[in-house]
Amino acid sequence: MATKNSRTERLATNDIPISGRRVAAALHAVARHRVLAVLVLLAIFPWLMPYKALAVDILLYGLFAMGFNLIFGYTGMLSFGHAAFFGTGAYATGIAMVHFNVPWFGAMALGLVIVAAVAAVIGLLATRTRGIYFAMVTLALGQLVYYAVYQMTELSGGENGLRGIQVSELSVLGVPVNLLDPVNKYYFMLAFIGPAIWVFSRILASPFGAVLEAIRENENRARACGYNVAQTKWVAFLLSGLFCGVAGSLSAIHLSIVPIESLHYHTSGLAVMMSLLGGMGTFFGPFIGAFVFLLLEDVITNITVHWQLFLGTLFVLFVLFLPKGIWGTLLERLGR
Amino acid sequence: MSTKDDQNGTDGNRTEDRHGLNRRDFIKTSALGMAAVAAGPWIGGFARAQDTIRIGFPVPLTGPYGSEAKEQAACAQIAIDEFNAAGGLDGRMAELLVRDDKLKPGEAAKRTLELIEKDGVDFVCGSLSASVQLAVNSVATERGIIYNSISQSDTINEASDFTKYTFHEAMNPHMTAGTAGDYAFSRNQGKKVAYLVADYAYGHEMMRGFKVAGEQYGMETVAEVIHPLAAQDFSTFLPRIMAAGPDILCLCNFGLDQLNSIKQAHSFGMKESMQLVAPALLYNQRLAGGPDVFEGVVGAANYHWTLEDSVATAKTFNDKYRERHDGAPPSDYGAYGYAGVGALLQAAKDAGTTRSDPVVEAMEALKYNLYKGPEYFRQCDHQAVQSVLVVESKPASAMRNEYDVFEVKEVREASESMLRSCEALGHKA
Amino acid sequence: MAGYPIELIVMQLFTGLALGTVFVLLAVGLSMVFGLLTVVNFAHGAFYTVGAYTGVFLFGLTGNFWVCLVGVPLVVGTIGLVVERFLVRPLYGRGIDYPLLLTFGLAYVLVELVRIAFGTSGVPFSAPPSLQGALNLGFGYFPLYRVFLVGFTTVLLIGLWLFIERTRYGLVIRAGARDPEIVRVLGIDVSRVWLLVFGLGTAVAGLAGLLAAPMRGVIPEMGIPVLVEAFVVTVVGGMGSLAGAVVAGLLVGVVVSMTSLFAPAFADMSMFALMALVLVIRPQGLFGRAGLMGG
Repeated sequence: MATKNSRTERLATNDIPISGRRVAAALHAVARHRVLAVLVLLAIFPWLMPYKALAVDILLYGLFAMGFNLIFGYTGMLSFGHAAFFGTGAYATGIAMVHFNVPWFGAMALGLVIVAAVAAVIGLLATRTRGIYFAMVTLALGQLVYYAVYQMTELSGGENGLRGIQVSELSVLGVPVNLLDPVNKYYFMLAFIGPAIWVFSRILASPFGAVLEAIRENENRARACGYNVAQTKWVAFLLSGLFCGVAGSLSAIHLSIVPIESLHYHTSGLAVMMSLLGGMGTFFGPFIGAFVFLLLEDVITNITVHWQLFLGTLFVLFVLFLPKGIWGTLLERLGR
Repeated sequence: MSTKDDQNGTDGNRTEDRHGLNRRDFIKTSALGMAAVAAGPWIGGFARAQDTIRIGFPVPLTGPYGSEAKEQAACAQIAIDEFNAAGGLDGRMAELLVRDDKLKPGEAAKRTLELIEKDGVDFVCGSLSASVQLAVNSVATERGIIYNSISQSDTINEASDFTKYTFHEAMNPHMTAGTAGDYAFSRNQGKKVAYLVADYAYGHEMMRGFKVAGEQYGMETVAEVIHPLAAQDFSTFLPRIMAAGPDILCLCNFGLDQLNSIKQAHSFGMKESMQLVAPALLYNQRLAGGPDVFEGVVGAANYHWTLEDSVATAKTFNDKYRERHDGAPPSDYGAYGYAGVGALLQAAKDAGTTRSDPVVEAMEALKYNLYKGPEYFRQCDHQAVQSVLVVESKPASAMRNEYDVFEVKEVREASESMLRSCEALGHKA
Repeated sequence: MAGYPIELIVMQLFTGLALGTVFVLLAVGLSMVFGLLTVVNFAHGAFYTVGAYTGVFLFGLTGNFWVCLVGVPLVVGTIGLVVERFLVRPLYGRGIDYPLLLTFGLAYVLVELVRIAFGTSGVPFSAPPSLQGALNLGFGYFPLYRVFLVGFTTVLLIGLWLFIERTRYGLVIRAGARDPEIVRVLGIDVSRVWLLVFGLGTAVAGLAGLLAAPMRGVIPEMGIPVLVEAFVVTVVGGMGSLAGAVVAGLLVGVVVSMTSLFAPAFADMSMFALMALVLVIRPQGLFGRAGLMGG
């Protein structure tokens, strides 16, 4: 490995050796063709993981964290309520399939419509506030969604969660597919997450994406430049919610159950942790965060019951020493 | 002034330097650590012997029921060791794969997928909450893997969640509430009953069990107070119950909710005017709450170690457990782990294979007595028909030793009459 | 089930106010750190847990509840001082998200250390014998311990108020919260003030844990719901306002209590509904200053 040889100390003094420069160039190439690069990696990903359900999980939570990152990393608003969109997507899709026998694609579309409605309302109320208040409003409104779904026992199953989502014979373009097979399931998920990543990349590259970052850097200046800050924030919130909703919707199909915890603010906290770990405001950060978080959790859990000690310590160390996250720090070191 | 500023400046630089060093060290160490740790999970897959019988055991090792979960795993291991010592299944040894479900259904579903996809388990047994158990049941049975559940629920017996691969070793709330209720109602302590109900399926299932038991005694419901699951403070729910003046208060909640509600009812002085009944009176919660708080509370249990005085298998099981745990006896929920795994292994032995369908048949034909007297699985819903113990929490003065927390008032022998009928559950047969 | 007799309504109202004082107690430490340091302490619930377990430990050593009442805030406050000095201080000036995220991780560490030291299942802890039993209030029986708690919290709040509003140190604290720059120019070491406030906030959190221990179970997870309750009270009252925390705590207590009576299944939800309502109508909270920490 070339990176191993290059001394970190020399990197720090900007004296990048040849091997380091090659890595930097490679990373530049990755950054330029980020969608292609990520798709190639994702295609072989399940075989790199201890088991395929974990690969699917990383994909789903990566998408969830990516959607969350649009509002947190790119617009600079810390939300503690994004579980509402993940969970609503999951429940709406699941309920449509279980109670109303809607085919899976219809159920997913319906799920997205409902997520859009929920995100529009919460966004309208929450984007009026700023800073810590924004975090608190999103937390409170998110918990209201949690309790509302909890009380709809007939539809949602309440505390027991929603069960009975049948995925053994889904019809994809007329071809029956058995999603109990882990490989089928992974590529089924990828077929949605791949395009989602592409769309996300287009949003960031668009003028809209530039306005978002302008708001993050200096809201007043963005307003002075003539941008409608309030409306932009609201649209960003809505889009962010939609990406999380897709992730939730797919998670219902992945586990064939929807647990009530998917709406809890702890799930929102997961997105925060993953974004921070990977690097907030970076394109790949959330996926890398999801990858590191879930893999470490999976591995450490099997070694010790005190896994929370390790994850907590790791988190504290990241905040103190690597606030830009894994990917953010890597880009900073090699990308310049 | 200027010197002070200078000093500050140098200090600042020094701090930055130190941070830089720390940061680099941190990156290096963590990268090495991650690589070492991350290599672990891939290795397990290659090293496994093909012919072992593997039983997946998802239980909440972390979370509020961690000690129950650890005991379940320890007891299940006893069943595994017994099976192996007896020669296994034609020489095939058994292995227990304990996984932490963190008391979360989503995590449990994922862990079950791991057990099936990566570890290739033959059976799944475990879980300690209704929602988790239903999630594991859904994931395992969908893939044709037998799941023997060891936590309480009525829902899992019902036709909507039941599959032919679903088995239920634990008692269900209908049995426990029915038995505890029948005992309390029959003692002529008065006809007025109040219910404190945790707002989830399990809580409502217990209340239903009590009400069915109360019918023949003409019990009158004077209050039904619903509380949110995992409520911390019950003080706002108790005045309404006190105002209704019941003779009997049925606590339709579990674990910590039960502990907190009994603790707070005790502080309101409610135990002086009414009898408290808890369908699943837990050994570990009683240890956590202390004798004074629980004194006089009546409830049902699947097991209490003092059963060894009258049941031979209980004595054998207790002794094996004591040998491994410095003389401490097994708990009620721990014993479920032993029975759940024990029944699966015995059925596999009877069937002569670990393939699901023949083992299902063997389970259905199984008559077993592992720790508490005879048991068998009912045909229609695979519920383990078993005896139910009525217990009362002892005052500190009556305890023979620190483990002697309950007095077994009655043992209701195994009978299908305790269960809801197959038709009521939505089964055809 | 007949209607609701007036005694029950009165009793329920009283219960709500008593519960409200518990909420005030839970929230006041968080609110102080929030308002004076602009640090959102996500480890508040963990300090509460540590307080309860420190109480259990000290009680095991001494067998005296009153010793615990003094010892617990000292121990937990000291832990708070260490946390501020070595973990939170490097983050000042980096934006308010960072201390929040750090304490979020720290909470996991503290609770896990409690699990390692004391095990995962709960431990018994009772009120001292002199505070056990129920008191007849004329309209119903009420636990003596809760009556004591109302009194104790009142004394504690008056003490805190006097400290912040009437002492020289309190003056510096308030000035530091308004404008740390000016205070620094005046030659006062602001970082020592912040250290003290953080220590005080965590000490009160630990004390709350000890005082809650005889009512609620002592388990490692006991702080999780408390964190949320304390946030709700702090946000409703307005961050950093002592008066706001008191009024909001009592309000939340009464709202929860009345919901418990009329629609018990929604008792949990009522708290969040109240918070959402307040935030939408008056985002800075009932007693909060607009603009503080908005950005």
